Amino acid sequence: MIYAVYDDPDTTVEAGRIVTDAGIKVNTVYSPFPVHGIDDAIKLPRTRISVAAFMFGAMGTSFAAWMTWYMLIYDWPMNVGGKPSFSFAENFPSFVPVMFELTILLGAHGMIWTFFFISGILPGAKNKNPDPRTTDDKFIIEIDPSKQAQKEDEIIGMLKNAGAVEINRGE
Amino acid sequence: MHGESQYRVPLIRGDKTYHQITEDICAPIEGRAGKLWYLAFTVSAVAALWGVGCISYLLGTGVGVWGLNRTVNWAWDITNFVWWVGIGHAGTLISAVLLLFRQRWRMAVNRSAEAMTIFAVVCAGMFPLIHMGRLWVGYWTLPLPNQFGSLWVNFNSPLLWDVFAISTYFSVSLGFWYTGLIPDFATVRDRQVIPWMKKIYQITSFGWSGTAKQWQRFEEVSLVLAGMSTPLVLSVHTIVSFDFATSVIPGWHTTIFPPYFVAGAIFSGFAMVLTLLLIMRKVLKLEDYITIGHVESMNKIIIVTGSIVGVAYITELFVAYYSGVQYEQYAFLNRATGPLAWSYWIMMGCNVISPQVFWIKKLRTNLTFTFFMSLVVNVGMWFERFVIIVTSLHRDYLPSSWTMFYPTWVDVGVYVGTMGIFFTLFLLFSRTFPVIAMAELKSILKISGEGWKKRQKEHEHEHDHH
Repeated sequence: MIYAVYDDPDTTVEAGRIVTDAGIKVNTVYSPFPVHGIDDAIKLPRTRISVAAFMFGAMGTSFAAWMTWYMLIYDWPMNVGGKPSFSFAENFPSFVPVMFELTILLGAHGMIWTFFFISGILPGAKNKNPDPRTTDDKFIIEIDPSKQAQKEDEIIGMLKNAGAVEINRGE
Repeated sequence: MHGESQYRVPLIRGDKTYHQITEDICAPIEGRAGKLWYLAFTVSAVAALWGVGCISYLLGTGVGVWGLNRTVNWAWDITNFVWWVGIGHAGTLISAVLLLFRQRWRMAVNRSAEAMTIFAVVCAGMFPLIHMGRLWVGYWTLPLPNQFGSLWVNFNSPLLWDVFAISTYFSVSLGFWYTGLIPDFATVRDRQVIPWMKKIYQITSFGWSGTAKQWQRFEEVSLVLAGMSTPLVLSVHTIVSFDFATSVIPGWHTTIFPPYFVAGAIFSGFAMVLTLLLIMRKVLKLEDYITIGHVESMNKIIIVTGSIVGVAYITELFVAYYSGVQYEQYAFLNRATGPLAWSYWIMMGCNVISPQVFWIKKLRTNLTFTFFMSLVVNVGMWFERFVIIVTSLHRDYLPSSWTMFYPTWVDVGVYVGTMGIFFTLFLLFSRTFPVIAMAELKSILKISGEGWKKRQKEHEHEHDHH
């Protein structure tokens, strides 16, 4: 594994772009904060986590609609101040707050836990950044030289020219 | 990276580097707390324990130990509930709404504001639970299948909407806050040398590595959560206002309550944020990050929301007169001139007159004056809820039911207890969590840092001279 260390976000993006345009596959870039432009530079595919959020939210709305219908219209309708207790349509406006809250509840929590599971971030998980400085002020481009067409020296040369302050090797 | 106009005041003062930001914000976690922290913690913890004692007495003996009676069946309990929930809303507004509006100044204050929200909602949530009397059957408010023929909850009732709203608000705010904390916990973890502390932050950081994919998802999750939290905060306080608006009590049964309550919540919440942050920035030496510009922006929000609240008060008065409904008219006449008029005029003075002083730039950029005003607004907003609840209840339709309300020592004790819990939690937070969103702030250093903007200016001048 080649780890190219940079100390500026814009330089890192430029370096990522240069190597990716040359056909080299960048494994990932470790950074202390989200760097704008890095996704395009290393051709990272778009995330579909918001689709998951939408689906969870839709589940919340449907569940809440079913729950309020089942409990208050079908199973045990109650006479509360003479209000029409056998009609979902006429009671629907007062069920909206519960439906809205359950949409947000399931949508938010579903999305958050999906994010944790698919990104490998859970209580007790081990962090994988190769250098503790990447959560402070350094940016690291990780490339696996065994999977590239170019020779290792050529790759390192490109990374150095793009402004790397250090090149490290690892597993 | 986009640049920023030179006219804009830098959001990060001094000539900071990314490493310096890490150092400044991790310092309170890694250093020892001073005597002042220990003193404040002791006072809060004692108040919290006193409150726990009062609550135990309340639950053991019954709701009769409060000053409630058949006429005034809600008083300090619900006043405190609405007060705390309202305070909580500012945190969500800062994190969610200001993110959607791309306001970079939120980054220095959102972490502690959200912490304030969590702790405020913890305090708020206690009141609906303990005011029911039989806390041990509190789960009856949930729609769970049971052996009473499966007796279900009443989904037509705002009191039940509150159960869903407050639980959703608390858990989603907690999720939003914690998700944002993960990268910052990773920073603290990677710096830690003490083994047991490193282990703790290893666990709390969930193994965050800071890869591009993780950050990409993180940004998307933050945006979607902000988009969900914004209608959430509006709906939660609207639902709280429905506890009153859907009733028939004069002074309660009015459609102005949802926008009035939401604006009032943001108003009181920002005041509490200022109270906490003005102290915290000084004690933790974070004046370069939580600048006078930040304080001024928050004061501007206080003017806007305070004015909305003021307009709402005047609207209520006008409509009461114009409607010709004698019960509504008497409700307001009683508020202004009856036996509890002193509370009404405190409310009016604190909420309507005082925020208007912030139109004067000299006052809204003065930190001492702002601190004093933040306390005034907090007090005023407590009285607003008290006036709405108690003055409307103690003299409604039937004069033979009219009576006075007096709080008991348990009313006061529980309230003081929640203050103790709130400040204890916040003090603990300030020494164990990174109180500013480090990662977020670093992302705007090159755009909004004072040193960077100076260099940008010189760079432009060089170009001009060629």
